[in-house]
Order: sequence, then structure tokens, then C-alpha cells
Amino acid sequence: MRFVDTLAKSTKQIKHQNMFKIESKDVHLHYGAFHALKGINMSIEKNTVTALIGPSGCGKSTFLRLFNRMNDLIDDVRIEGKCLIDGKDIYSKEVKIDDLRKRVGMVFQKPNPFPKTIFENVAYGLRVNGISHKSFIEERVERSLKQAALWDEVKDKLKKSAMALSGGQQQRLCIARALAIEPSVLLMDEPASALDPISTAKIEELIYELKNDFTIIIVTHNMQQAGRISDTTAFFYLGELVEVDSTKKIFTNPNDTRTQNYITGRFG
Amino acid sequence: MLSSIVTTLTVLLIIVFLFSEGLSVFKESPLEGDNIIVLNHHNTVSHITSSDIKDIFDQNITNWKSLGGSNDSIILFTFNDIGNYFSEEELGPEFEFLPAKMDSLLESENGMIAVFSSKYLIKNHKSKVIQADNITPYSFLTGKEWFPTANPAVQLGVLPLILGTLYVSFVAIIFALPVGLATAIYMAEVADEKTRRVFKPVIELLAGIPSVVYGFFGLIVIVPLIQSTFHLPVGETGLAGSIILGIMALPTIITVSEDALRNTPRSMKEASLALGATRWQTIVRIVIPYSYSGISAAAILGIGRAIGETMAVLMVTGNAAVIPHTLLEPVRTIPATIAAELGEAPANGIHYKALFALGCILFLITLTINLWVEFSSKKRRFGK
Repeated sequence: MRFVDTLAKSTKQIKHQNMFKIESKDVHLHYGAFHALKGINMSIEKNTVTALIGPSGCGKSTFLRLFNRMNDLIDDVRIEGKCLIDGKDIYSKEVKIDDLRKRVGMVFQKPNPFPKTIFENVAYGLRVNGISHKSFIEERVERSLKQAALWDEVKDKLKKSAMALSGGQQQRLCIARALAIEPSVLLMDEPASALDPISTAKIEELIYELKNDFTIIIVTHNMQQAGRISDTTAFFYLGELVEVDSTKKIFTNPNDTRTQNYITGRFG
Repeated sequence: MLSSIVTTLTVLLIIVFLFSEGLSVFKESPLEGDNIIVLNHHNTVSHITSSDIKDIFDQNITNWKSLGGSNDSIILFTFNDIGNYFSEEELGPEFEFLPAKMDSLLESENGMIAVFSSKYLIKNHKSKVIQADNITPYSFLTGKEWFPTANPAVQLGVLPLILGTLYVSFVAIIFALPVGLATAIYMAEVADEKTRRVFKPVIELLAGIPSVVYGFFGLIVIVPLIQSTFHLPVGETGLAGSIILGIMALPTIITVSEDALRNTPRSMKEASLALGATRWQTIVRIVIPYSYSGISAAAILGIGRAIGETMAVLMVTGNAAVIPHTLLEPVRTIPATIAAELGEAPANGIHYKALFALGCILFLITLTINLWVEFSSKKRRFGK
């Protein structure tokens, strides 16, 4: 664990027992008859990167999508247990789903920019939130694109279609788009899996930078990537959370043999 | 392979037949039967159009000067006033003296004009026989008078019919598009699977109702409603036709635009929702713009459906061949004209051929619309 985190932990621990940014308490999720998540307990600290790993269909993406309630879009989903962000149950009746999603940004597996201009893509989240102040939007778009390390590449063609960008640029645009509404949590569902190695490296660098301002959960199939960018790693298998620990521990000395087998490439 | 050749040939054959019949209207004399126009031999006018003939008979033109002739007032002879000129004895029991009398009558006054059958023309006549000009494509398309059975010269101006058709169809789409689009959005984005399973067959059923039933419905329900709402002498108006056509175009609009809306990638919608947009914002800002060309194709196809519709409009629009100025006037469309008049038009006469020419115009309109759809859907494929 890095020094800053340790420091933050020790100071906060004194004030409050519950200092986790995100918590899930015994979460079960059913798709119809399929039991996709089986009693997941996990706590995630503020300003950390948590990697979710595991073989396909293990429930890691489903778990990720719990936190911005994207699973709600699917028919016939049943969720039990508690998901807390900043100590509040995001599935309680008082929470408005679009307000939650403004606080919890998401980047998807495939770059999915809107067929609009680069500028309008980044401004979209602001506009749907009722912001129409022109200079404010311009400022925020520029800042988000800079945060996503895309500004220098697109500053001269903001009025061009986002569809003309390369895959890696599109994905960074999607990150900028998510950042523009200033969420506190960023969910990333295999954000680099559709990209070439150079673009992947850029995204990874970016994630490392973004950790200072956001709490990041990232699903990845790439073990090296998880090792490079995350502070904590969680291994999912068949809908269960097998093991969650510091990334260093998981990759060098996991407790569970299944984790050991997976990260050494014996299955998955 | 064979079947597609047969289909293609059939379509080509129909088009060739339609155009060969339709275009021959421009080779026909607008005069009925073997009628001829006879003038005084001093008259310098040598040809005359069918609308000039009408104006002369309606006494809108009263001097030959307006037709490029000398300054003589026009004296029109019609067979109705033959008794004013000659007694029965003078004409003979079998009208055998009529040709000679006609000739001398026409020579008696410089401004005289008569239209009569060529069998009453005496062989060595002094009077001057002139031709009525054939209908030109220009006067056919821009003429405002549609009197295909007028005597002595037919008036074939199809502008009111073209305008009537377009007018009724476009207004129908203005009614149908918001309703159809709303339904399509509901079906594609809002309704759950159960509701969809109920609504989808109902909408498809709407497409299966025979048009004459729609016409009947319009005549019994909508026409009286319009009549009493707007206090009109008759309720059979363009508005009634538009409403009925709008209902008939709904299934096309709903089905095509629903397909287009469904084509919006899930990832786009998820991206929008993940940014905190509500479902409604996502529909308005992402789904509709994304399916814009599909929706416009739906509208164009709906217009196409409305333009070709015959029976229902024939029953409810009142069929007056005048250029419509408001929605509350009767209008007459091209298909309704063809359906109503073809049975009464003598085969191979000018009226008959004019109806085929109307068919050609209708074909060209719908062809344009289909090409338009083709073009806009191509743009969708490559533009995005």
C-alpha cells in the first residue's frame, strides 16, 4: 500500500469506523433462474484502483454494473443485499437513478462515442444535467479532455465527428465524457480490451493519474494490466468472490488455490 | 432466376403500356368525335387551343383580336340557335340543305365561328376550316381546368389533381407522423415485452383492413364530424381525406420507424444513461437523432402509401377538381380521378388517354419517392 493511502487511512480511521468509499454487503443477483452473484462482500477505499479479475461469466462485470445500477436495464433481474456508496444504500427508494449515475461514471468495453462532434460528446453529460452556460461547458470540456490526455490531439477539431477518431482516441474521449460530470467513482469495464498496445498503455497511464481524483473499479482480462495499475485485486469465480487483497499479495502469494491457478494461467 | 426475369418483364411491360397510352394523349385533337372548327374565310386566325375554344364558348373572349386575328367581334354559332337562323323547310326534312346553309351563314359575317361535325361541311366550301391544337404537355401539367367530357373541346388541366394529391398526402403525414413516431418510440423504448405482444398485431391488423372499409368509416364517422365541427355545407373535404390517409399510413410509419429506433446500438443508450441522462433524455438526444434517416424514410414511405391510395380518398374527399386553398374544401386526387372516370371514358378516346397520362404522373411521383427513400437509407449506411 502506498504511503498516501496509508496516511489517509490512519487519519480517517480515528474519526470514523466506516471510511470505505464503496461497500457491498452480502449481495446476491439473479438473472431469472441464474444465480449470477453469490453473496459478495467487498469494501473499496477512496482514491484507489480496484481490479476485478476472473474467467468469462464469473460475474465481475455484473458486479461492476451494480454500482451505477446498469443491471436495472435488464429485465428479470433480482438484487438482494446492500450496495453502499459513501455509506448510503444506492438501491434505496430515495435514490434517484440518474443522480446516482451522475456520481458514478462508467467507461465501457468498446468505445461508444455518440455520432456527434467531439465537443458535443464531452458536453453531453453536462447538457442532460441542464447546464447550458456556454463558457462553463467550454471550460469543462477542455478540462475533461486534458484529464483524459486527449486535448492536444483534438483541440483543433472539436467540431469534427467523434466517429473519425481512432479506437484509442475514442476510448479516451469516452473517459473524458465520463469525467466531465465530475463523478467521484469511475467504473471501467475492460476499457482497453478493444485497443492496440500503444493505446492501452496510454489508458493505463491515464488510470494511474485519475486515481488521485476518483475511486476506480476496473474489470480486466489482462493479468499484467491488473498487476500494473491496481492497488487491490479481487478474483471472481462462478459468481463468488474468491479472494480480495492487495494486488501484490494476490499476484505473489494468494490464499486460495483457485486464485493461484487462475493467475498462473491454468484455467480461464 | 426465372421468376425474377418474369417479374422484371411484367413491370417493364406495365410501364411501357402505361406510358405509350398516356403519352398518346398529346397526339389527340381536343375536339370531340369528328367535329371541326369552321370560320369565315376572311378570318386570319389559323389555329386555336382547346382553352381558347372554351373561352369563346364561355364568352370570356369576344373579339378575334385577342386570338391574333382582325378586330371583329366573335359571333358564335351553336346548333341550339339554329332555329333563329333557318326554318325547318330551308334545312330540308333530312337536313340535306344544312351544309350549304352553314357555309353561307359563316360567310355572311366576318366574326362567325361554328363547331360542327365534318359531315355537315359542304364539299367546295368557301368558309375556312381550322385545326384545334393538340394538348401540349405544358398545358396538360399547368392547366387548372379538368373537364374531360366538355363539349365542344375537352379541358385537360391536371394541376388541381396533382396539387390535390400532394396536399392531401402531405397533410396526412403531418397528422400521422407525430402519432406514428410516438407509438414507435413507445413500442421500441418504453413498452415491456407483454405490451408489445398485444400492440404489435393490432398495428399490423391496421395495415390489413381493406381501404374501402376505411373509406366507409370516414364517410360515416369523420365526414359528419367535420361537417358539424366546422359548420360546413358538406363534410367531404381534403381534411377528411387527410385524416383517413393518416390512419392508413400509420402502420407503415410505425413499423419502419420502430425498426429504425431499434437499430440504435445498445451501447449508445447505455453510454447516455451512464452519464445520468434520463430515459426520456436518452430517447430525445440519442435514439431519435441516431434513427433520423430511418424515421424520414418512414415518413416518405407513408407519403408514398397515401399518394397511391384510391378508394378511401374517393369516398371522403368530395372530388371537386379545383385547386384547394384550405383544408376544408373538397379536393380530388389522381388515383380517385382514374378510378372514378375510367369506367365512363370511351376506350382510346382523349379522355381515356388522359387518364393514362395521369397514371404516368402518379407513377413518376411514387418513383421519385422510392428513389428518395433509397437515397436517404444509403446515406444512413455510409454517413454514420
